[in-house]
Amino acid sequence: MKRFIGFVKKEFYHIFRDKRSMFILFGMPIAQIMLFGFAITNEINNVKIAILDKSKDTETQKIIQKISNSSYFDIEQEITTEAQIESVFKKGKVKAVLVFENDFIKHLQTQKNGKVQVITDATDPNMANTISNYITSILQNFIQEKNKNNKPTYQIQTQTQLFYNPEMKSVFTFVPGVMTVILMLVSAMMTSISITREKELGTMEILLVSPLKPFQVIIGKVFPYIFLSVINATVILLLGFFVFKMPIEGSLFLLAIESVLFIVCALALGILISTLSNSQQTAMMISLFGLMLPVILLSGFIFPISSMPLPLQVISNIIPAKWFIIIIKAIMLKGSSFALIWKETLIIITMTIIYTVISIRKYKIRLE
Amino acid sequence: MKTILFIIQKEFKQIFRNKSMLPIIFILPLMQLVVLSNAASFEVKNIKFSYVDNDHSSASRELISKFQASNYFNIISQFSSKKEANLQMQKGNVDVILEIPIYFERNLIKQQNTNLSVSINAIDGAAAGVSNVYITQIISGYNQSIQTQLQTYNQGTIVQAENITTIPSFWYNKTLNYKTFMVPGILVLLVTMLSLFLSSMNIVREKEVGTLEQINVTPIKKHQFIIGKLFPFWVIGLMVLTVGLTIAKLVFNVPILGNIFLIYGFTSIYLILILGIGLFISNHTETQQQAMFIAWFFTVIFILMSGLFTPIESMPNWAQKVTLLNPIRYFVEVIRMVMLKGAGFSDIKNQIAIITIYAFAINGFAVWSYKKTN
Repeated sequence: MKRFIGFVKKEFYHIFRDKRSMFILFGMPIAQIMLFGFAITNEINNVKIAILDKSKDTETQKIIQKISNSSYFDIEQEITTEAQIESVFKKGKVKAVLVFENDFIKHLQTQKNGKVQVITDATDPNMANTISNYITSILQNFIQEKNKNNKPTYQIQTQTQLFYNPEMKSVFTFVPGVMTVILMLVSAMMTSISITREKELGTMEILLVSPLKPFQVIIGKVFPYIFLSVINATVILLLGFFVFKMPIEGSLFLLAIESVLFIVCALALGILISTLSNSQQTAMMISLFGLMLPVILLSGFIFPISSMPLPLQVISNIIPAKWFIIIIKAIMLKGSSFALIWKETLIIITMTIIYTVISIRKYKIRLE
Repeated sequence: MKTILFIIQKEFKQIFRNKSMLPIIFILPLMQLVVLSNAASFEVKNIKFSYVDNDHSSASRELISKFQASNYFNIISQFSSKKEANLQMQKGNVDVILEIPIYFERNLIKQQNTNLSVSINAIDGAAAGVSNVYITQIISGYNQSIQTQLQTYNQGTIVQAENITTIPSFWYNKTLNYKTFMVPGILVLLVTMLSLFLSSMNIVREKEVGTLEQINVTPIKKHQFIIGKLFPFWVIGLMVLTVGLTIAKLVFNVPILGNIFLIYGFTSIYLILILGIGLFISNHTETQQQAMFIAWFFTVIFILMSGLFTPIESMPNWAQKVTLLNPIRYFVEVIRMVMLKGAGFSDIKNQIAIITIYAFAINGFAVWSYKKTN
């Protein structure tokens, strides 16, 4: 035991003396959370649009007024001919052009139907679609208000309630995501590299001939990273809570236990990677391309899993990060108790056991 | 010149003899391209929809059938009480609950006014916003049809309300195919990450293993060594780009409207910039772990701020200014403009100028800070 403590101490020194890595290790979560909280959003805000008003009547003026009053759109310019649309789009600033037909007001009053064309720059299809939908709903609103003055007939009123995140803040989805990615990075990637480092430099031999048991060597290696991960997770949660007012509805204790469980899972994955690779470069490439990108993209962190093609939805199930993200969101935003997330928890535990078993089988205590 | 060739030869041999790295360099990124392009989409579809119908009338059934007909909604189930539905939402099984109150139809006809309540799981705020728009559209569409129906029935004549029809038209990507948008972007990401990571770890590795000292005592000049070291990665970067473009064209059917040589020209300069950053990182680190870590830190920030996944226009002003320093931003912009909009040289000359200046500055700085002596 004393030997083991000595070994753990050595590992801590190794890590804490490396100032650059320490800086990044603690700077990264803060920088990422800040970016996600303040800069990165897929909400539509202040989209620049252009107007081509061929009718120029009182109604189109009112509509234009209404659109420019909404926080979604800024009217960048008014154009006069259809030919200008192409050049406006090529410059890249304007994302949509609203075209009012000739005699709009006349059509609206006599034929009871006015036409507006919404032309969007669909290089970003999602944004184009959202813009198109938002403009449509602004126009619908406008006409409904206008018809109200006549006489409300057969009106269906919809009351919409937004659960768990009424202000629709995107940072609420990003905090759990960033936390997962950082924990994966620190636990899996760093561990796998630090173990392969000993292999590559030849110091693993020394450890193997020492009286330490192989599993003690491994546990000693991962121990400091557990410590670092816990600190990082705490920092992220504090930032989320105090800076972005993200609620923690459920039990804090449950959240802590689940986080430690996920850290252990990631460490097991890191150990597995290190047994499979013999150089730091290989370990890094496996963790990066085989681990980090899927964790970011297939876990539901940024992109909704339910919109993906079926094969990917199936694959996403083997990514532990997916389950952890579901768990954190459930505890923090929905206030779920353990009874609602035991399935996800069980999946993570099973994965951890599988990784560990494979690692033990693959672990070589003899040199070739 | 001859010296450089020898170093390049040595580097290529080293790369190609490492059996575990080869598939990682070539196959993994391409698998990523195929998989991630399918995954990376903000489209909202297959919304998990459920309803509580307390009215069981023909009006309520008709409304529900409108949701059934929509492509955006997957009707998961019908619940007999709101409480049960809420529990399922908490478990994550449903995202939208439509509650139709009792006497929905009777109130609609007799009092000309009736209520509906909709609950949306808004944890993913942006997706919830989109779902809300879809729901509102379906309900108001239904409302309009019912208004015309009932008015005709009651009064015998059609009293039509005023209406505005919006005609959407989507330029450059008529079918709103999200992959057309993402594939070029993800290609940028892969080319950048691969060349940055490989180059930043490469020289550090020689440092760490101790072979750098051996090279330092040879008559090899600083610039020869650096060019020799980086050239192979420049070639690998362009090779990955080529394979990636082929996949984009053949598998994803992404149009390449502009001139493909423009993309190659831009990438060649861009890769010099990225390799310069890699070199810089390797100069200032001691171990591969550090190098990788720093490279990862910057790539993550660069990627997030590049407009690859989220539009730069949605960022606050200060953040938009910060993105001007981000090399990935320019590459993402250029590859999309050239491939999807058919932009020519004159449309992207600003980006080319910025990247060129940037490349010179970074490389100059990196070479200057590289020292053969300790």
